[in-house]
Amino acid sequence: MSKGKVVVGMSGGVDSSVAAYLLKEAGYDVIGVTMQIWPRENEKDVSEKGGCCGWSAARDAAQVAGVLGIPHYVMNFRDVFREKVIDYFMDEYLSGRTPNPCIACNRYVKWEALLKRSLQIGADYIATGHYARVEQLPNGRYAIRRSATAAKDQTYALYNLTQEQLAHTLMPVGEYDKPAIRRIAGEMGLPVAHKPDSQEICFVSDDDYAGFIENNSMRPVPPPGNFVTADGEILGTHRGITHYTVGQRRGLRLALGYPAFVTEIRPETNEVVIGGAQEVFRDRLICDRLNFMSLADIPDGMRVLAKIRYGHLGVPATIHRLTGGRAEVIFEEPVRAVTPGQAVVFYDGELVAGGGTIL
Amino acid sequence: MDKFIYLDNAATTKTSETVVEAMLPYFTEYYGNASGIYSIGVKSREAINNSRRIIADTIGARPEEIYFTAGGTESDNWALRAAAEMSGSFSAGNAPGRAENSAAAARADDQAGSSAGTSKADDRAGGSAGTSKADDRAGSSAITAKSACHTGNPAISSRAEPQIKNHIITTRIEHHAILHTCEYLEKSGVKVTYLNVDENGIVNLEELRRAIRPETFLISVMFANNEIGSIQPIREIGEIAKEHGILFHTDAVQAYGQIPIDVEELHIDLMSASAHKLNGPKGVGFLYIRRNIRLRSLIHGGAQERHRRAGTENVPGIVGFGQAAKEAFETMRQRAAYESGLRDILIDRILREVPYARLNGHRTKRLPNNANFSFQFIEGETLLIMLDMEGICGSSGSACTTGSLDPSHVLLAIGLPDDLAHGSLRLTLSAETTREEIDVTVETVKKIVERLRSMSPQYEDFCRRQEHAATV
Repeated sequence: MSKGKVVVGMSGGVDSSVAAYLLKEAGYDVIGVTMQIWPRENEKDVSEKGGCCGWSAARDAAQVAGVLGIPHYVMNFRDVFREKVIDYFMDEYLSGRTPNPCIACNRYVKWEALLKRSLQIGADYIATGHYARVEQLPNGRYAIRRSATAAKDQTYALYNLTQEQLAHTLMPVGEYDKPAIRRIAGEMGLPVAHKPDSQEICFVSDDDYAGFIENNSMRPVPPPGNFVTADGEILGTHRGITHYTVGQRRGLRLALGYPAFVTEIRPETNEVVIGGAQEVFRDRLICDRLNFMSLADIPDGMRVLAKIRYGHLGVPATIHRLTGGRAEVIFEEPVRAVTPGQAVVFYDGELVAGGGTIL
Repeated sequence: MDKFIYLDNAATTKTSETVVEAMLPYFTEYYGNASGIYSIGVKSREAINNSRRIIADTIGARPEEIYFTAGGTESDNWALRAAAEMSGSFSAGNAPGRAENSAAAARADDQAGSSAGTSKADDRAGGSAGTSKADDRAGSSAITAKSACHTGNPAISSRAEPQIKNHIITTRIEHHAILHTCEYLEKSGVKVTYLNVDENGIVNLEELRRAIRPETFLISVMFANNEIGSIQPIREIGEIAKEHGILFHTDAVQAYGQIPIDVEELHIDLMSASAHKLNGPKGVGFLYIRRNIRLRSLIHGGAQERHRRAGTENVPGIVGFGQAAKEAFETMRQRAAYESGLRDILIDRILREVPYARLNGHRTKRLPNNANFSFQFIEGETLLIMLDMEGICGSSGSACTTGSLDPSHVLLAIGLPDDLAHGSLRLTLSAETTREEIDVTVETVKKIVERLRSMSPQYEDFCRRQEHAATV
């Protein structure tokens, strides 16, 4: 008796391959789907980086599906990816912010678009190889719980999923740690057991996102402008604001006699503000576009652990609700490089309470 | 494997059992190399020549005009590239006219050919042929390169004639074997005109006439389209080509074995075909080359196929091709009648029973086994997946573009908007297709389309607007 029909988003990598295997073992009716999202020009990059959504992904996933004895299909999501991820990514940089394309991809492509098509073809759930767990709480809400292993926790990039999406989501890999998953893949004889983890931004080669924007944006790329101090003193010429992100130290080409960091980007005056190590720290931030997960609403004054970027360990903070759907987050200790455009994610214990976009 | 309904015969066909039987002895019993002087070699040679005769007969050609290849794609590549070389307009290795027997030139060809125009290969090709950077400059300084080619090229009429023939006319709806080869040739300075087609996917002869230039050396128009099955006015195109002294190539991969073809009557100079589209084995095809045309080789090596196509002959494949051709032409008339009868039922039922469905391609001027539909508000990809889950094998467009993210170039060419061009369903029948299978397919398509539309906000909007319009 089948537990239901589930579409597993298969990248050909270890995690999603094992996810498919675990679900099949658990008695689900499993269908593998590889999402094609980016034109073939980047095939080389994608395959070298072990990326998730290129031609090599489809080929590897098909091979894994063959080993598992499950059907496998390739679905085209190029248009939605271009609009919701690539265009957003470029617009954010052009506006002086630092986007997180993985969060956008998760919400709009991997979940919204894939879930829609999966339901169309008669599936009850979609599943991925994320190191996170989905559960329904006593209050009836669905939430992401941190994975069994903190070393490979991917909950940060999932804070923006909706309740409807979570209700149809399975994440079987979240019960294990990476070595265990590799072990399972090896025991099954999966051809991808030793494939490298995917890295960097999948559609940008050599991490040259500024070059990518120049080549792909319809909008003009901002010209060079001034490096300034917080007081307005001009320190030199920058290469255009798309080349910088808050907290950046490398590649500034400034000799100031002290370690210099980007502390702020001012798109309206085309300035990049430079400061010393101390000036990169902030004790608060304001965010908007809130998404609530474990709670229907986050009460004013709630204490959480706040993470301000993917690799951030998080610091205790208090949330104050503001008008216009915004919130102020006050940290108990200053945090380094609060970066507009990135997400701030709130944890209530192991659960993702919600999050927002840093202004 | 579970029971399934196979309606993708334009992609490939089942190798018929009699074809397999005919092939088998040539694997284990008569395995001799056809170039050998011993008796099992002779046996292979005889078998090849027998197939050659059978196939020549099917198209009104002479046996010596049939050259076996590894398939339709190779035949297309050979025809276009060799015709371009012959005209002097294609400068891969800059070798064509200068040295029929020059090893250096042949090597240069191989390198340039195998790596399809990457700059590294081009440089090497230029270098080893002893001409500097011929390919790099081909576009801008075609004249110089071409003049050099002309010297001593027997295929070019006269040294005094200044005309450089560097223009090909083809269509926007060709298979990628033609289109990508044209793109490759364009990189070397060949000019290509891609003819439009009308809403039924058929070339306009007036447009063809207008496209002809003094420098046109080749017209390549497919016999029948692989996606929408539309059949081109090949006889008229052949006449126009002949009138202007232009070579005429047709990619008949979909048409050969399905509809009658006579190369003399139709004035065809070069024609590509493939065995696996007519219940023959995969990996074998032929190029028909009219007897007076001296096309150079694409594949260099031994002296097989009268020095024109090197490589040990695929004897079992060629035997299978001959057998398949024999069967296809013996049964053509009743098979076409049977398949087109079922096809018409399929088309009629779909158009009558599924709202907002359209047939792509001409209602009658199409291959007897081809039907191609678009359904508004439906993603073709999802429809195909659901059909597969129900055990029905169809395709969207051509098998060769599955996995491609681009909408079908054929459907765009007949004027379909992007969304419909993304979402077509091609169903291609065989002699084994039954009425029951057609009925099951229609019912399944109906069911799936209804389900998908019930989940489509666009369709809901559309229906609301319709209702609104009706009440106003």
